Amino acid sequence: MASRSERLHACLLAGFAPLLLEVQDDSARHAGHAGARPEGETHFSVHLVSDVFRGQSRVARARAVHEALAVEFAGGLHALSLKLQTPDEHATVF
Amino acid sequence: MTNPTFERIQAEIDAHPVMLFMKGTAMFPQCGFSARVVQILSHLNVPFHTANVLEDAELRDGIKQFSNWPTIPQLYIKGELVGGSDIVSEMFQSGELATLLKEKGIPHQDAA
Repeated sequence: MASRSERLHACLLAGFAPLLLEVQDDSARHAGHAGARPEGETHFSVHLVSDVFRGQSRVARARAVHEALAVEFAGGLHALSLKLQTPDEHATVF
Repeated sequence: MTNPTFERIQAEIDAHPVMLFMKGTAMFPQCGFSARVVQILSHLNVPFHTANVLEDAELRDGIKQFSNWPTIPQLYIKGELVGGSDIVSEMFQSGELATLLKEKGIPHQDAA
């Protein structure tokens, strides 16, 4: 069975046609915290660059990602740190 | 709205121009993401009110459904969801948070 990290990657790849997609499992850094599980796979960070976000507010972008990953949230995904950018924003960051 | 938890949440965000639903309290945050938002609001000298979802299971579930937002913390300014710790951090760093507070007429001191 695929890891949650792999499932997040596959789901976001299919849903957002990203120019850049990084999924990082931060669960180990949160071990013992509220929401952490002994088996891990609870805390993730995602950096996603996609044309889909053009013209969307920050809240709208996050909502789109939350929605795409609703099954994972229902299944124990506890914390998801999101960096969601359009290609232009990604290119002009410093 | 017939859901009593939703009514309670609505009353809180109506009563407090800057309302943070978080884990723990402003003095003792119990989650790094909540702590970061508290730190930013404190840095800007914004008067804010908090609710501790860890003390209230109905609130903890209810706040996620209320705004259809699956994670905590959640910051509301003048009744509107601004976001969680990622969005608040980005907006703080870019200066947008200070601009938003200014637009909404909420007293604060610019970090600069």
